[in-house]
Amino acid sequence: MATSILFMHILNGLAYGMLLFMIAAGLSIIFGLMNIVNLAHGAFYLGGVYIAYSLVQQNLGFWLAMIASIVLVAGLGVLMERFLLERVYGKELEQVLLTFGLSFIFADLVKWIWGTSPLALPVPSSLDVSLDMGGTMFPAYRLFVILVGCLLAVLLWYMENKTRIGAIIRAGVDDRQMLSALGINIKVVFTSIFAVGAALAGLSGVLGGPIMGMYVGIDSEILVSSLVIVVVGGLGTWKGAFIGAILVGLVDTLGRVWFPSLTMAMVFVIMIIVLLIKPNGLFGRGAHA
Amino acid sequence: MLKLEDVHTYYGYSHILQGLSFSVPKGKCVALLGRNGAGKTTTIHSIAGLTPPRTGRISYLDKPISGLPPYKIARHGIGLVPQGRRIFPSLTIRENLIVPAKDSRQTEAGQKKWDLEAVFELFPVLKEREQNMGTQLSGGQQQMLAIGRALMTNPQCILMDEPSEGLAPVIIEQVGEIITRLKDTGLSILLVEQNFYLACGAADHVLVMSKGQIVWQGSPTELLANEEIQHQYLGV
Ligand SMILES: Nc1ncnc2c1ncn2[C@@H]1O[C@H](COP(=O)(O)OP(=O)(O)OP(=O)(O)O)[C@@H](O)[C@H]1O
Ligand SMILES: [Mg+2]
Repeated sequence: MATSILFMHILNGLAYGMLLFMIAAGLSIIFGLMNIVNLAHGAFYLGGVYIAYSLVQQNLGFWLAMIASIVLVAGLGVLMERFLLERVYGKELEQVLLTFGLSFIFADLVKWIWGTSPLALPVPSSLDVSLDMGGTMFPAYRLFVILVGCLLAVLLWYMENKTRIGAIIRAGVDDRQMLSALGINIKVVFTSIFAVGAALAGLSGVLGGPIMGMYVGIDSEILVSSLVIVVVGGLGTWKGAFIGAILVGLVDTLGRVWFPSLTMAMVFVIMIIVLLIKPNGLFGRGAHA
Repeated sequence: MLKLEDVHTYYGYSHILQGLSFSVPKGKCVALLGRNGAGKTTTIHSIAGLTPPRTGRISYLDKPISGLPPYKIARHGIGLVPQGRRIFPSLTIRENLIVPAKDSRQTEAGQKKWDLEAVFELFPVLKEREQNMGTQLSGGQQQMLAIGRALMTNPQCILMDEPSEGLAPVIIEQVGEIITRLKDTGLSILLVEQNFYLACGAADHVLVMSKGQIVWQGSPTELLANEEIQHQYLGV
């Protein structure tokens, strides 16, 4: 294979990895902090892309539609955490049933409102060009997605490691009870983190729409990959989610090119190898109390 | 200023605190002694709201606090220095100190106001190593960090659960001095201890606890003279 084509596949893999990162980052930090596996996290992706689609249909323009959609999805996240998840903290079986059930409800809701035929979110016109990269043409929009993903990673890293909010979140992952005894209202922390996680997944949906297409079922595909990333990267860290997402994004994309029938198997093989070497994931801190 | 009346606390069906009543007067240090499993930590956790009592009253500055969530109790001005120190391992020393909620209560006249600077002044070693991870400190220094962290909520009353646990005798002596200095700043202290001599050195009043009840109370000098109590309940 010509190196230029390989290079293109790598860029595609990175773009996909960035979309996965935005989902897995929220999933991982929610898992690490609140001890909850949100199996309905894919619904925020769906919500993001479908709401943006409708707003674009209303001639709102891609960027405004993106912002409005993210805000709405974050609001949905707040409602879900406040009224539903809060009742099942510490009850694992109930959490799985509730969030799994919610993912079906949201998927059906999307079918009901938007129908079952695949739709497409158009690439924003300002980025609807291809760039000449050493002989091959590459869509500028995908480069933009990679850029956004990297900027977001830097921003989240900064927030996590250089701010008091970040310190409070890490302290919460370490020892929630102690944190509350220091005067921190852990409920507010939980709700805010949940909203941020939902917003990130919504952003992933909007940005992913023009690349991945829109259909019900993509939420569960993306959720499975994101769960693998959380396991590979380690719970409760943005850094782990970032590296894990790039890894899974590249393996998935290159796998589809070279061994189309083995792609998913390869992703899981990677997960098993990482777990054998580092049971807590690449950047995991170990089980917490 | 801190008062417990007939407090009963349970873990599921096990009845741990069985009608506990005592109070910590303003500016005083009260020591709570007892063997392993007597219910000392449960007492502290009941006050802090981590294991809320099922019945009974806990009040602070004449306001009821039992039933409030832990963060509200902390914001009322009660600081916790927990058993085992519970330093946040993924935080630096400085971060461990800035995480606690900044308080918005007014300090009473004459009471010391605690902030990062004041804590660093009390424990200069924390300032020297502020960028190190909290868990890289020695046991005694971690104890200072746990105390400093509790002070950052600017409490008027502080709950200390076995601050001498696992420390070398020289360091235990230092802990005793720190407690005395804190008391001199006007703080009220509830000191849970297994170390009989540390407690008797620092406290104004001593409570002895067994099986979830107060079985003896008096001054440190009375306890030092009472060998029967020492043998029966403290294994001295
Ligand atoms: N989470 C829990 N669930 C059930 N029982 C508990 C729990 N924590 C403590 N206990 C029981 O409650 C009793 C009192 O425990 P507590 O921790 O208050 O004792 P303590 O006086 O602090 O002991 P130590 O000196 O060892 O710290 C013990 O019998 C203990 O086994
Ligand atoms: Mg104890």
